[in-house]
Amino acid sequence: MANKLIVAPAPHVQSDRSTALIMRDVVIALIPALAVSTYVFGVDVLFVTAVSVLACVLFEYLIQKFLVGGALTINNWSAVVTGVLLAFNLPASIPWWIVVIGALVSIGIAKMTFGGIGKNPFNPALVGRVFLLLAYPVQMTSFPTVEGCDALSGATMLAAVKQGAVGFDALGIQNLLIGTMPGSMGEVAALALLLGFVYLLWRKVITWHIPVTILGTMAVFAFLVALTRGGGALLWQMPLFHVLAGGALLGSIYMATDYSSSPMTVKGGVIFAFGIGVITMLIRLWGAYPEGMSFAILIMNSVVPLINKYVKPKRFGVK
Amino acid sequence: MNKLKIVLNGIIRNNPTFVLVLGMCPTLGTTTSAANGMGMGLATMSVLIMSNFFISLIKNIVPDKVRIPAFIVVIASFVTVIQMLMQAFVPDLYATLGVFIPLIVVNCIILGRAEAFASKNSPFDSLLDGLGIGLGFTLSLTTIGSVREILGSGAIFGYSLGIADKMPLIFVLAPGAFMVLGYLMVLFNKFVKK
Repeated sequence: MANKLIVAPAPHVQSDRSTALIMRDVVIALIPALAVSTYVFGVDVLFVTAVSVLACVLFEYLIQKFLVGGALTINNWSAVVTGVLLAFNLPASIPWWIVVIGALVSIGIAKMTFGGIGKNPFNPALVGRVFLLLAYPVQMTSFPTVEGCDALSGATMLAAVKQGAVGFDALGIQNLLIGTMPGSMGEVAALALLLGFVYLLWRKVITWHIPVTILGTMAVFAFLVALTRGGGALLWQMPLFHVLAGGALLGSIYMATDYSSSPMTVKGGVIFAFGIGVITMLIRLWGAYPEGMSFAILIMNSVVPLINKYVKPKRFGVK
Repeated sequence: MNKLKIVLNGIIRNNPTFVLVLGMCPTLGTTTSAANGMGMGLATMSVLIMSNFFISLIKNIVPDKVRIPAFIVVIASFVTVIQMLMQAFVPDLYATLGVFIPLIVVNCIILGRAEAFASKNSPFDSLLDGLGIGLGFTLSLTTIGSVREILGSGAIFGYSLGIADKMPLIFVLAPGAFMVLGYLMVLFNKFVKK
């Protein structure tokens, strides 16, 4: 009888969920995309992913062991997630040593310099990707050709459309959905990424707000631009194309939702996601690069402290 | 004050780049190679030594209210001299550094030392302070420039190391400047300054 009333300080809600469990769910959610990517680009995909994951875990171990000290965090799978996401942002034909440099930048510069897991203001995998894009522009933008997409000759759909080489309808909708087109390893497989999204929602790892707002903003933006360009079939082709092509799905589902580099509240997350959608479309349509997802997420990452400051949940009992 | 200490102070304990964190604009903008960094450092050092010396000479006759304009006139004169000398004798370096040479006038290290040191100390001590801070700035810029040149273009002082095509280009671009500066600052404050 006496035990029914337990008096204890907060926190009162307890759960068995741990960082390792959540990170493992993210890895599971990425497996379908990895499988499709292997089908499209061949076993190189598995090799690049393995190198990236091993390098990320190894660098995290070495830095913690010999440079910064503290408890080892390689058991919590976060370095594995960074490794898989970094690999997904690279072309399958990339040389292995570039992958290792990317892993060093992701873990060493973007994560451990700022204090390790939970303290990084920028998504580590994206910092690695953007670093490599600026450091090795040639290797990072040579994509292996894919059977049935000869018209693209190794350029991504976004790049080809931007140059005016092909129209939005150069590839059938089934190519865009399944992912049989040139691109970074993990970004092409739209359906597989959406399957992972459903899994993450079901496991309550992420909420739908950020990904749906990003994709919705991009679709509406594309629709409005299509209106100014004459309408017609463009009205549905252009929004659909911009949501399915490039890194929109990969970025919005798996990178923008990173806990430590996205806002703490749902409302803040929606503002953050809206910004990502708009900046991505601005870069895609009028910027120097064909794809702007990674830049957009990093730019909005830098605004997150400001969003957290001004978008605060109302305290209970306060008017 | 110990004369040698004034010089060493400028190189280590008051290193303008890694400790005082002054003059960041030329530091980030000109260190794309070791030679550029060194050229910028030496140009700034020459101005700094002479402006420190002359400002210390006139410190007692300049009224307090107009001291900053007066200092800037002195600094700008020396910058113009250096600019013309560089244009005549090292035209390549002058062309590379471009707008950063006239911008030495508003370099906060020079005005900072004029205010903090030259207007309070003897002309000779001020000259030594200019030498120390100038050397500190030159060494820092040369180090940053070397690291960026090796990492970004696989060369050092223009001599290729034969690994250019494998080096990350980003280090000669603007983001590389911030990264190299940040990590060198960490190393300097951990190992050199103590």
